[in-house]
Amino acid sequence: MSESNGRNPGIPLDMGWVNETVVNRSAVERRAATLLTRRSVKKDQQAAWLARAVTCTDLTTLAGDDTPGRVERLCAKAKQPVRQDLVRALGLDEIKVGAVCVYHSQVAEAVGFLEGSGIPVAAVSTGFPAGQSPLKERIGEIKASVEAGAKEIDIVLHREYVLTGNWPAVYDEVKQFRAACGDAHIKTILATGDLGTLRNVYQASLVCMMAGADFIKTSTGKESVNATMPVGVVMTRAIRDYVERTGHKVGFKPAGGIRTAKQALYWLVLMKEELGDAWLNNTLFRIGASSLVEDIERQLSHHVTGHYAARHHMPMG
Amino acid sequence: MSVADDFKTMAYGPAPESPSAADAWLDEHDRKFKLFINNKWVAPSTRQYYDNLNPATGDRLAQTAQAGQADIDAAVEAARTTFESWSKTPGHVRARYLYAIARNIQRHHRLLAVIETMDNGKPIRESRDIDVPLVARHFYYHAGWAQLMESELRDYQPVGVIGQIIPWNFPLLMLAWKIAPAIAMGNTVVLKPASYTRLSALLFAEIVAEAGLPPGVVNVVTGSSKAGGMILDHEDIDKIAFTGSTDVGQILRRQTAGSGKRMSLELGGKSPFIVFDDADLDSAVEGIINAIWFNQGQVCCAGSRLLVQENIEDRFIDKLKTRMEHLRVGEPLDKCIDIGAIVDQSQWETIDGWVKRGVEEGAELFQPECPLPDKGYFYRPTLLTRVEPTAAVAQEEIFGPVLVSMSFRTPPEAVALANNTRFGLAASIWTDNINIAFDVALRIKAGSIWINCTNLFDAAAGFGGYRESGYGREGGREGLFEYLRPKWQPRPRPKLDETAKEAEWGKYTPARPVVIEDNKPGDGSPKVDRTPKMYIGGKQKRPDGHYTRAVMGSDSALVGQVGDGNRKDIRDAVEAAHTVAGMWAKDRWAARSAFNRSQILYYVAENLSARADEFAKRIEAMTGRSADEARAEVEQSVSRLFTYAAWADKFGGTVQETPLRGVTVGANEPVGVIGIACPDEYPLLGFVSLVAPAIARGNTVVVIPSEKYPLSATDFYQILDTSDMPPGVVNIVTGDRDHLSKTLVEHEDVDSMWYFGSAEGSYHVEYLSTVNMKRTWVSYGESRNWMDREQGEGEEFLHESTQVKNVWVPTGA
Repeated sequence: MSESNGRNPGIPLDMGWVNETVVNRSAVERRAATLLTRRSVKKDQQAAWLARAVTCTDLTTLAGDDTPGRVERLCAKAKQPVRQDLVRALGLDEIKVGAVCVYHSQVAEAVGFLEGSGIPVAAVSTGFPAGQSPLKERIGEIKASVEAGAKEIDIVLHREYVLTGNWPAVYDEVKQFRAACGDAHIKTILATGDLGTLRNVYQASLVCMMAGADFIKTSTGKESVNATMPVGVVMTRAIRDYVERTGHKVGFKPAGGIRTAKQALYWLVLMKEELGDAWLNNTLFRIGASSLVEDIERQLSHHVTGHYAARHHMPMG
Repeated sequence: MSVADDFKTMAYGPAPESPSAADAWLDEHDRKFKLFINNKWVAPSTRQYYDNLNPATGDRLAQTAQAGQADIDAAVEAARTTFESWSKTPGHVRARYLYAIARNIQRHHRLLAVIETMDNGKPIRESRDIDVPLVARHFYYHAGWAQLMESELRDYQPVGVIGQIIPWNFPLLMLAWKIAPAIAMGNTVVLKPASYTRLSALLFAEIVAEAGLPPGVVNVVTGSSKAGGMILDHEDIDKIAFTGSTDVGQILRRQTAGSGKRMSLELGGKSPFIVFDDADLDSAVEGIINAIWFNQGQVCCAGSRLLVQENIEDRFIDKLKTRMEHLRVGEPLDKCIDIGAIVDQSQWETIDGWVKRGVEEGAELFQPECPLPDKGYFYRPTLLTRVEPTAAVAQEEIFGPVLVSMSFRTPPEAVALANNTRFGLAASIWTDNINIAFDVALRIKAGSIWINCTNLFDAAAGFGGYRESGYGREGGREGLFEYLRPKWQPRPRPKLDETAKEAEWGKYTPARPVVIEDNKPGDGSPKVDRTPKMYIGGKQKRPDGHYTRAVMGSDSALVGQVGDGNRKDIRDAVEAAHTVAGMWAKDRWAARSAFNRSQILYYVAENLSARADEFAKRIEAMTGRSADEARAEVEQSVSRLFTYAAWADKFGGTVQETPLRGVTVGANEPVGVIGIACPDEYPLLGFVSLVAPAIARGNTVVVIPSEKYPLSATDFYQILDTSDMPPGVVNIVTGDRDHLSKTLVEHEDVDSMWYFGSAEGSYHVEYLSTVNMKRTWVSYGESRNWMDREQGEGEEFLHESTQVKNVWVPTGA
């Protein structure tokens, strides 16, 4: 059963289960395409769902030119992602994002800026985005970030192991990463754009969950193809399969290329339809994004005022 | 509720599509619609109107006219008058009209979708994303065929005035499937929509007029089934195209029997949805959603029979139940709804009756807890598990959101269960093993096979059934022939005495001895008696009844004797034909390579040629024709065998150009066991012209040779014996044509009946074919010139020898 803190403890690597994976791409793509035409969220519900999407956002900056000043501005946005007048007009309580996601070098700064807000800092780690540095260094990186105050660690898979079918190696690495995380939650980034087939995506999802992942995450945002709906369908199905067989709930985080309010609604619909309402909050669902929140703000503004909003009316993050 | 509440619950809310434009259109017509004849609204002679209800609310949407005889006459006359000019309109001009209609449909896309949803109860998602786009696509596709007809179909002419009767489940799409090919090929149309759902057809009529289609090409007459009967019976209708239940199809077939009207029927189904243990199970579950909970399950090709491999059954059913909990039932105009309203209260009650019966029969019932609206005809998605093939709910078409489930162990058992039905419309196969997928696809008797997908349709791939799911195809090149007639062929006008319909057809008293004046050749000693027997299963069989009939020559001299066959000979012959026709037959004729079938036909030709003199003399003796003529018949027979030896490996089918990523294969499959009653004239050539195409394309046959001149056919079995023809492929039963034909056409294990005999016989063959809705091909007492290659061979024969199966194979690495 789940650990007392509700985390997925993982299970021994079950290669029988991994090997029986069948994913039919064309059928998955049809599901992905029609899922979004089967559901429509409008008016009050739309505003509510968008506000919820904000609370599920891992507000992210992962650039070579990140500085403490840049991170401070991002943290300010994290604490107050939606313009105050809009929040009031919508009749909502305080709204804040799910986490702030940065490189290790900015973790300590971000922790400081977010002190008292309750917003966790997530660090991308383990040689992000390519995962090609020595294992020892990758584990060291996790420990350093946790020491610096990161509550969540987004690790990347060593894709070579996936592409060569070396699932025991994937499993062992993720298990070591999780151990290094300690109490910090571990999100495993599959880098689905690098994995070639949806079967690999499903198998990688399973192996990560077996190794104890708290979240499985689509992409680093640095691959040429990021979070697509077919990948989302496959990963959520893997989560469902895992919970059906083990009873452990694992979270899902799409990341990369999610910029519009409409996309956010799509991902929420996917969670609700493929997994259920338990996956509609930030304990089990995150969206990795940098500019999404502003677009959501504009849609919320439209809901409040009835007219379309300008981007420059929304405070920058 | 407020945003804050919704923020907590994360529930869906209403997402209604606005009916304002649809309401405005209805209001502009004062919510009262007349008949659409000659591009004008015409009040019905009956002055009667019918209330069209919105099944989601029970509210009256509009009143529509009830056509009477005078109105049907007027509509048919309009179509007939216009046919004279429309059939001569250049293909390019017709193409422009169809193109304009397609464009207009796209222009009015949303209005059509909303009207369809209000009238029928189907979710707006479906009418908007599936029905209407397919309608537009159908007109675009057939605009292309109108353009190409003169070059690609130059041997054909339009059939004439077409009466089209369509169902309520896809009112607009079925209209498009009927009208587009008909008018593209130069026919004109009188269309009767179903009573429950008339509005989209009337809107379509306006759209047609807006596109400038000449008056009279498309006429829409609303009315009851009585009006349908009037269309059926109208003398000036040349063809009936019908989509609906098998029961009604049977009635229609009987009613038009013997009239010379062409007929295409798209009827019911109980289509299997087969899940193997190596399938992507989550995707297969999703496939089921689209298979049986599409259009409330009111779909003739609905995947209503779930067959799951036993080793994954429990897990799969659990997954399915979990998925069903997510289905949303409600107001069809809501964009967040999966399942709308059942079309009418009576249909709702029928469905509910079936579910109750299923439970009484021992099925376990599962329905999700989804909320239903307070009013309107809504039915929960329903799963019946532990259903055995013996249960009525496993056999009969429910036509509602009800799935029955059973298990299988092996691929052969899956095929056997899939084919254990009188229907044959569609099948869906789920496995990621390409070997299993194709093997099963080719063994299931159904017109549409979807591999790892379901309910896909496109104008480029014909849709239609095997077995009691009907005949004819809609869409694809194969569908065009429903609206074409060979150029040489006039519309049959059988002269049928009404009393002939009542006569006890096929009743026959076996032959008695014939006293012959002179039975001695020149030397005075008696001839060595030679009485050919039946040829059944590759063996010569004495007639079951032990009766014999004399074959008289032109000069009233006895030419020979043949067995006088009876029902039991036919029964044995059909059994023999099945020994090489069955799906798992050891030496299945259709499973032989086309090259092998071709080689055998060449061999037959070779051996016939070697004995040409003997066959010519026989023809001469029986018919009294000149030696030259008899010789010419034999030569033509040899040529004909060459023709079909040639066609044996050149008519396999085509890759259909549907929008699917992957391949859609249109395979020309054999029909199965075909009964053939040969024409009297041309004792050899008539026999060869019919048998050769049938067996070339993999059918097995039971042949009744020329009644008057049977000896050419009985001589022929010696040729078959020496030509490597496998036993059972060709079976010959001599005797009284109508007596034997009656047994054949009534045989429920015969798939098609070709009858070249009298008008009366043609009537009875068509009438009796309804026992299993077998295909028929009859001559209506009219003859053709078998010596003429245009009339005696070619595509018409190949079409009669085949049925098209479209296999959809999506791909994706």
